[in-house]
Amino acid sequence: MPELNEKQKSRLEPVTIRRRSFLSVAALTSFFSAAGMALAGALRLPGPAVLPGPVRRFKVGHPEEFAVGSETRVEEANFTLFRDAQGVFAISCVCTHLGCTVARSADGFACPCHGSRFARNGEVVRGPAPRALPWLEVGRAADGQLVVYADNEVPEGTRFRV
Amino acid sequence: MSTVTTPVPPSATQEFLHNLRRLPHTVKDAWFRLGHAPESEREESQATFHNLFLHIHSVRVHVRSLAPTLTLGLGIISAASFVILCITGVLLMVYYKPSTTLAYDSIKDLHFVVFTGRFMRNIHRWSAHVMVAAVFLHMARVFYTSSYKRPREFNWLIGLGLLVLTLALSFTGYLLPYDQLAYWAITIGSNIANSPRELTDALAITKWFDPGGFQRRLLLGANFVGEDALIRFYVLHVFILPVALVGLLSVHFWRIRKDGGLARPEGPMGGLAEWGGERKRVFEPLATKTYGLMALVKGRRPTVNRGPEDTVMSWPHLFWAELAVFMVTVALSLILAFHFDAPLKELANPGVPENPAKAPWYFLGLQELVSYSAFVGGLVIPAIAWIGLALIPFLDQRTGGEGEWLGTPGEKRVALKSLSVGLVAVVGMLAFTVNYGWLRNWYPHIHQLWIIAINPGSILVLLYMAWSLWVLKRSNSVRHAAVALFTCFLVGFSVLTYFATVHRGPNWLFYWWPSQWPVH
Repeated sequence: MPELNEKQKSRLEPVTIRRRSFLSVAALTSFFSAAGMALAGALRLPGPAVLPGPVRRFKVGHPEEFAVGSETRVEEANFTLFRDAQGVFAISCVCTHLGCTVARSADGFACPCHGSRFARNGEVVRGPAPRALPWLEVGRAADGQLVVYADNEVPEGTRFRV
Repeated sequence: MSTVTTPVPPSATQEFLHNLRRLPHTVKDAWFRLGHAPESEREESQATFHNLFLHIHSVRVHVRSLAPTLTLGLGIISAASFVILCITGVLLMVYYKPSTTLAYDSIKDLHFVVFTGRFMRNIHRWSAHVMVAAVFLHMARVFYTSSYKRPREFNWLIGLGLLVLTLALSFTGYLLPYDQLAYWAITIGSNIANSPRELTDALAITKWFDPGGFQRRLLLGANFVGEDALIRFYVLHVFILPVALVGLLSVHFWRIRKDGGLARPEGPMGGLAEWGGERKRVFEPLATKTYGLMALVKGRRPTVNRGPEDTVMSWPHLFWAELAVFMVTVALSLILAFHFDAPLKELANPGVPENPAKAPWYFLGLQELVSYSAFVGGLVIPAIAWIGLALIPFLDQRTGGEGEWLGTPGEKRVALKSLSVGLVAVVGMLAFTVNYGWLRNWYPHIHQLWIIAINPGSILVLLYMAWSLWVLKRSNSVRHAAVALFTCFLVGFSVLTYFATVHRGPNWLFYWWPSQWPVH
């Protein structure tokens, strides 16, 4: 029987797929889906499942050690602990711009890297820092010492009463 | 090729001894198929295309491509410094240990103990500087000689990819000594990757959509610069990025060949054509005149409209020229490395930042922009600049001026004007910012979105774009607008780099000279 071209066939007849085109479609599909899955798996790998690093929770001492009106710089944790009449609070000393360590200045904090200035309560006064220095959560451990949770931010003005 | 016929030895033992005696000859023949230096043009062509490493070149090369004033050798200098970097880099890998506790000491060992270690490290550092500078200048050369135009658009894109890889290699190498400079430069760099948070925080959507945090975690493998970051930077620096660069570089070279060699103007040089050893004037008929055959044919052959291709053999002319540029690059790196040590500061201390903490010179222009807004200066403006550069060959499709410095009429004037406009804009912007500060100095409670939108960096980019659009309207030429924008980009980049290098001191304050920095 001579082969009919597509136009001569009835539209009810099944569409013929040539062997070679079937094979090439199968090969391409399997190649690209396998390559895509492999790529996705390879790209997922560098995304860390667990963030390494120590727990950033610091015991700083008993409340009596901090006089009202005092301030204490905790170097290894990069924050400053303040005590005033209302209580204790900690302000992070990591600049919100690009992560340099800010230094205490006469009227607040100053960043050495790009000149951001912060008020005593952490608010941005000038420079490129996009937001205020975060206030950190302060609590008390079972042995009575103050604990600063350096990963937990609290709203500005939150004090721990002692 | 030896054509001496030797009598066949009678026994296998004799044949063995005979072959053994001829061993030096036969090995030499197998290696150098020609057996002697090429003597004819045919042998010179074979020297080129029978050699895996040379056959990427065509057998003949146009004399214009060899003219030092066209290319200034910048492409070869970039590639040559990459070769030097690979060799010295592998040597440094012998002693370097990518660990936060060992890295600094291993660099110190390299510097003070290892024989030639200090020299190798210096060469590595200086070739990196040479490579970055050469890559930038090479891009400028290709732009100003219109060499990105059809059919070379694709190679321009490959070149931009190579620019990014070159900068990435340099950035990742910066962390490896793990000294104060490295630690704080990478802290700043990774926080620039984090800076989309500036926008997402201002819109209060960081909780749901945090590309900044994602980028930083991907780069550092943690929330701080430490062991994970060091390993990641090391793997990128010694394997992933160099391999990617070699891949793109191969495509870059191959495309030069496939696109017809270096861009050059159509036709012969200066109306002269060489034919059969003599140079002749090319006859260019006037359209208004009718010529008899005798007027056209002078000498033995006619050279009407265009002369023969003005080419010379690649072997030896091109290869010697390339070798000479390579040796100049080596000499430059050696001289710099001999006289100036690569810096090594104190061991990294996460508690005390360097003051000022400066990135390498080619990122200092960006650091100045970053001191207005991390997100805009560190990510948005570089992205806009890169996309703008990538679009040039597709927006400027008209041919003409290829292979000539500022070739089409009026380009030189546009370039000079843009030079002064770009200079005035960037110097004015810097002077204003240094003297009067910016929005937050006047309105301390202003919303961050205003600073993201309106800061000295974004204003400068808008000024440059406006100037380019004005040139487009005035001169009615896309190429002129591109020249205007590219010139402004170069001027802005250079002035910002210079300014941040010389005039920014501790606390990123303005000083006329580093000697005025306060001592502390």
